[in-house]
Amino acid sequence: MRHLLSAADLEPDDVTAILDLAEEMADVQHRSIKKLPALRGRTVVNLFFEDSTRTRSSFEIAGKWLSADVINISAKGSSVSKGESLRDTVLTVAAMGVDALVIRHMTSGAPQQVTGWIDAHVVNAGDGTHEHPTQALLDAFTLRRHFGGDTGSFANRRIAIVGDITHSRVARSNVLLLKKLGALPVLVAPPTLMPSGVDSWDCEVSTDLDAVLGGVDAVMMLRVQRERMSGGFFPTPREYTIGYGLTRDRLAALKPGTAICHPGPMNRGLEISADAADAANSLVLDQVAAGVAVRMSVLYQLLGGEDQQ
Amino acid sequence: MADSTSPPGTADAGDPGPQRVVLDAEDISRALTRMAHQILETNRGAHGLVLAGIPRRGVPLAERLAAAIEAAEGVRIPVGALDITMYRDDLRSHPTRPVGHTRMPAAVDDAVVVLVDDVLMSGRSVRAALDALGDLGRPRAVRLAVLVDRGHRQLPIRADHVGKNLPTSADERVLVRLEETDGSTEVVITKPAPESGSSPQEASL
Repeated sequence: MRHLLSAADLEPDDVTAILDLAEEMADVQHRSIKKLPALRGRTVVNLFFEDSTRTRSSFEIAGKWLSADVINISAKGSSVSKGESLRDTVLTVAAMGVDALVIRHMTSGAPQQVTGWIDAHVVNAGDGTHEHPTQALLDAFTLRRHFGGDTGSFANRRIAIVGDITHSRVARSNVLLLKKLGALPVLVAPPTLMPSGVDSWDCEVSTDLDAVLGGVDAVMMLRVQRERMSGGFFPTPREYTIGYGLTRDRLAALKPGTAICHPGPMNRGLEISADAADAANSLVLDQVAAGVAVRMSVLYQLLGGEDQQ
Repeated sequence: MADSTSPPGTADAGDPGPQRVVLDAEDISRALTRMAHQILETNRGAHGLVLAGIPRRGVPLAERLAAAIEAAEGVRIPVGALDITMYRDDLRSHPTRPVGHTRMPAAVDDAVVVLVDDVLMSGRSVRAALDALGDLGRPRAVRLAVLVDRGHRQLPIRADHVGKNLPTSADERVLVRLEETDGSTEVVITKPAPESGSSPQEASL
């Protein structure tokens, strides 16, 4: 694997390999010495043009537990805020001798473009409203455990993805990945937050959450991304909750054992109620833990062998 | 995976060249029984012993040693798997290697850990295993049991318990086959034709 830019680039066997290795990596989390020497001497730069807590810190921990040197650069407080272009920033960082660049950018396609400028491996940590492949991988890791083990356990599982589909790179990557694994994603959103051209995604689409809830094996609630909404998508937060929030009543309508996922950060009381977030079948914290293991696995797949320039 | 029900001298898929069986299944069984007794003798019983097999073939060998120890002493000692992939010193000279499974059944701290591998050659695998073990805890002692010691050491490492010392030349290959991983149990020496590539069975470390 040279880069990780899109869930679409991964074949089912690649996904299985990444998730299986992530299972091994997950054991490191429970050791007293959380360190493997695999990426000793490698340098990983987290280049984040958007705010992030869990993605950035889990990439940082993942790199450090594999003994790579990890440097974080965020747009705030860097020369980006002085007006430097993406290309100049990336070339500057690459000139220091970087092996992998983990990039988050508000423009869809930015990581893809970066691969043309530098030799280092590039990992897409979220680009605009396009994709967030490591989030999809950690969701798959978490759900695979919940469903009971191997990648085959995804076959014909119905997984509702609920909320702001239009602006969600998480939804896009998850639909691509889940379909590859044989699952059946169901997109649920108010008409204003359903992307135009959703027909081409080739999956079930609904605007009625209550009609969908009783027949799914997992629900992924998406965050209402206030920073991407310049208004008019729904009348009031309260109305959004009434139509599309995972409320206490809807929690009761789920089949027993239905997994509840949320990529975080959660807006409690808006898209997910406290009851649902803290329910026994909520996998929200498992997702966070999986994030480190999956990112360790991805970094090892990219950087663990000989240089393939 | 080459099937080795074929008689010695028959070429396997991948053409490992002429083969010579140096240990058959009964030889291996006797060697493991002797090694089990030696492990118990050195340790003065089974107390505190943990066997750690190095994947792939070290793991079934460790299981067999544990069974032989149980037969001799009536005590079932814990057996684990210790993958060394990420500790290898040649990670950068190969495409990304698949990582195996590491599971240690008991606390490594203060245990007497016996590393188990099929073939000892350069000693680099054992060096990697010692590092991997060190990240899991601090054993009271670490010992090394190998089915075949074929010489050609590149590091200051020696085995405590050896099934068979097998002087070989560097261009020969020693293949250990076990029922659990390969469908038959034997140790063979092959001298590959010069043009043949390396086989996944090659036990070069």
